[in-house]
Amino acid sequence: MSLLLEIAGLTVGYGAGPTAVLAVQDVDLAVHTGEVVGIAGESGCGKSTLALAATGLLDPPGRVLQGGVRYAGQDLLRLPPAALRHVRLRQIAMVFQASMNVLNPVLRIRDQFLDAMQAHGITSRREAVERTQAVFELVKVPARFLDAYPHQLSGGMRQRTVIALSLVLEPRLIFMDEPTTALDVVVQRAILQSVNDLRVQRDFAVVFITHDLSLLIEIADRIAIMYAGYLVEEASGPELYQQPLHPYTQALMQAFPPLGAVRSRLQGIPGQPPDLRQLPPGCPFAARCGKVRQGTCDTVRPAMTIVTPGHRVACHLYPVSTEGGKQA
Amino acid sequence: MTAPVQAAPEGSATTDSALVLEVRGLSKSFTVGSIGRRRRVRALNGVDLRLERGEVLGLVGESGSGKTTFARALAFLDSPTGGEIWLEGVRQPLQPTPRDLHRYRSRVQMIFQDPYASLDRLHTVYRTLSQPLRSFRIAPASQTRAACAELLESVGLVPATDFLDRYPHELSGGQRQRVGIARALAARPALILADEPTSMLDVSIRLTIMNLLLDLQQGRALSLIFITHDLAGANYVSDRIAILYAGHLLEIGPASALMHDPYHPYTQLLRKAAPDPQGGFRRGERFDASGEPPDLTELAPGCPFVPRCPQARAACHPHLPAWRELGGQHRVRCVLYD
Amino acid sequence: MTLRAFLTNRRAMAGAGILVFFALLAGLAPLIAPYSPTNINFPPMLGPSAAHLLGTTANGQDVLSQLIWGSRDTLIVGLVTATLISGIQLIVGIFGGYVGGWIDEVLSMLTNIFLVMPGLPLMIIVAAYVTVKGTVPIIFVITVTGWAWGARVLRSQTLTLRSQAFVEAAQLSGESRWRIVLTHIVPNMAGILVANFFGAALYAVLSEAGLEFLGLGNVNTVTWGTMLYWAENDEALLMGLWQWMVLPGVCIALLGTAFGLLNFAVDEVVNPRLRRT
Repeated sequence: MSLLLEIAGLTVGYGAGPTAVLAVQDVDLAVHTGEVVGIAGESGCGKSTLALAATGLLDPPGRVLQGGVRYAGQDLLRLPPAALRHVRLRQIAMVFQASMNVLNPVLRIRDQFLDAMQAHGITSRREAVERTQAVFELVKVPARFLDAYPHQLSGGMRQRTVIALSLVLEPRLIFMDEPTTALDVVVQRAILQSVNDLRVQRDFAVVFITHDLSLLIEIADRIAIMYAGYLVEEASGPELYQQPLHPYTQALMQAFPPLGAVRSRLQGIPGQPPDLRQLPPGCPFAARCGKVRQGTCDTVRPAMTIVTPGHRVACHLYPVSTEGGKQA
Repeated sequence: MTAPVQAAPEGSATTDSALVLEVRGLSKSFTVGSIGRRRRVRALNGVDLRLERGEVLGLVGESGSGKTTFARALAFLDSPTGGEIWLEGVRQPLQPTPRDLHRYRSRVQMIFQDPYASLDRLHTVYRTLSQPLRSFRIAPASQTRAACAELLESVGLVPATDFLDRYPHELSGGQRQRVGIARALAARPALILADEPTSMLDVSIRLTIMNLLLDLQQGRALSLIFITHDLAGANYVSDRIAILYAGHLLEIGPASALMHDPYHPYTQLLRKAAPDPQGGFRRGERFDASGEPPDLTELAPGCPFVPRCPQARAACHPHLPAWRELGGQHRVRCVLYD
Repeated sequence: MTLRAFLTNRRAMAGAGILVFFALLAGLAPLIAPYSPTNINFPPMLGPSAAHLLGTTANGQDVLSQLIWGSRDTLIVGLVTATLISGIQLIVGIFGGYVGGWIDEVLSMLTNIFLVMPGLPLMIIVAAYVTVKGTVPIIFVITVTGWAWGARVLRSQTLTLRSQAFVEAAQLSGESRWRIVLTHIVPNMAGILVANFFGAALYAVLSEAGLEFLGLGNVNTVTWGTMLYWAENDEALLMGLWQWMVLPGVCIALLGTAFGLLNFAVDEVVNPRLRRT
């Protein structure tokens, strides 16, 4: 596993000057070849903005204010537009929740695939057709749907088709932003399963963005938790599942009703995320936190601490240690 | 709730006073397509259900299962095309007059899925809540504002005076859904139909909304039909769970029985597909999820799940399986248990 | 929010500016106009001079006074017709769309019939058969031929709104049909109604000018349309009296532009998909 994408100190704002809203603040995140990195958080936590900024798709008024994104050694944010477009789709693909909008409603699926490949330099029609059929087989959409129009497909089929479209150019990294949120559990499950199978076969990395932590627990190698624009915890999937450290992560883990266990009342997370236009001075989660320490949490913004190798958290309960070793 | 549904007395008002709702053979079909290619979509096929006072029933199904059609038919937003609806012992006409509807809706209310679309963006919270208070004559005009404030407090929007004059765009998704719940409560109904009330909300807020529904339901002896595709959520709020597939009920029973011991192959599939963070780290686990819900215009006569069922056999095809009693109100409709 | 979007919209402000200018002209005509527009006691066919800034007509009337007074009739016809057209559209569109059933079928058929009939020829025929000439028949003719398109738009909008969750929620709240129409449907269509109003006003102003230019109005009233009729009749351009011919046309175009700009602007504000970023 080698480093594929490196996000360093990324800060993204909407608008300019004193009224700018910082949607992503000082986020570090690395994605290695072939791994699944999950990003979880509530709506408005900055997870989608992070994905847009990291792929150079951020539109004004959104602006990268600080930090950078390196993909395979090159500075993605300083690439000229033409080179950036080439990197995207050939190297980095995106799959969004609103799959219907990606597919052109008046073109047959087959033609959309051929167009996409032609636009990216695959001129041999035979090769293009072969590749299309191959990815359709991979995502388990029957080949007869190649001749269909998008509206003739069910929601699940459509989302599989969009995933197939993102795969046809054999990217090395796919960003998936809530790709299954609009779908039913069974379909969602099946799609996640085929994405994982594909990843093993084709060896691409996935950044999976969702508000549903329970999905990530099952599919992600590493999970990053975002809150109010900050990355508040990052750990391997099993580690985060067994030992969530940040009170927000702990609360998120408790926010799912269990399937099997005896039913008992669970507490949701009280309150709401803070207004990004007027973020309180201390920890952004302090107002909703059950373990808040007055005088510290509400005044000092916690720094990221490495608690154990591969597990870092930004919370005053785990003071910054110089060795980067044991927790307090 | 001892006898199976079919054994309810014929033609007369049900005498069981604990029974809030009884649905017999409820069906709904639509005509779609243009002239010459008209087809009938049978969205709901003979659904039988009974609901007691203060009971929560989870109705679980995928999209296209007919669960939303069921809620809309019960709310008479789309009138059912067949079957019977008995509300508190009174049979409701399927072609109701405006007066019938008004009376019915004073007892049956609905919470909508989309908290953004279900509030008029031009109306303040106060205006939205005063509508049912006025039309069902719950509060005299002079006390409408106080009654609205009380409703807001009961759904946890405090202090109420902060919220009364706000417009929907000044509220978060969770707050909007609370307003939607308050609106449903305003009529003081006996039954609330909650159509996927949490599916458009963040996972972190879903639990607080479900807790609110439970608190309200228990505090007011309300009956609740909680419609969802999320088995875990249904398990959390419901006393009983019913599984709907292609417009047919396939299994119904106490929530714990259905979760621990699902009988129908479809229920088993749903159970396996549901994410379960408390259930352990299941990354390697495989499950077969090929196939999608059937086309409702060309339903074959047998069990609707046959095309996807791993255990399908010849007996599944000729006709719909009969209900099997499994004890403790748990019933299933599958030939495997004949 | 919407109001601010409207006030910062350049098209809207330009349109409103022109409209206000003509409204002032019409309102203050008795004070501004140097002479009576029907006074024929001046020497005919004068070029521009200090006494007659825009010269006189072949009948010896002051062109500037006619132009100023003419804005009155033109504006009145535009606004009254637009009001009538909007009223019919509202009733036909909302009634059909919300009530549905056979009422909708009948109204839709009627709308479609008026839609396929070509507007101008129909207008000319009707106007030619109307025996009383004047402003009222003109308003009537334009209204009859101009309501169908907007009614259709409003009907489809009503159908969309009717299936919105907030309208269904209002039904469940026990609201009567008419209260739902008045408190939910009409207010949510306000933007389209206003846009349609300006669209109808544009249509009315241009149609009025067209009919009067063809001599189908009362040629003895003073409007921009009849000015054009007389200018054409008396061969103003051949006589070198270009201002008599051109200026009424410019005024009609400007007023039409104002209504058109307002129509676009309102459409843009209420329909975010049209908004340019």
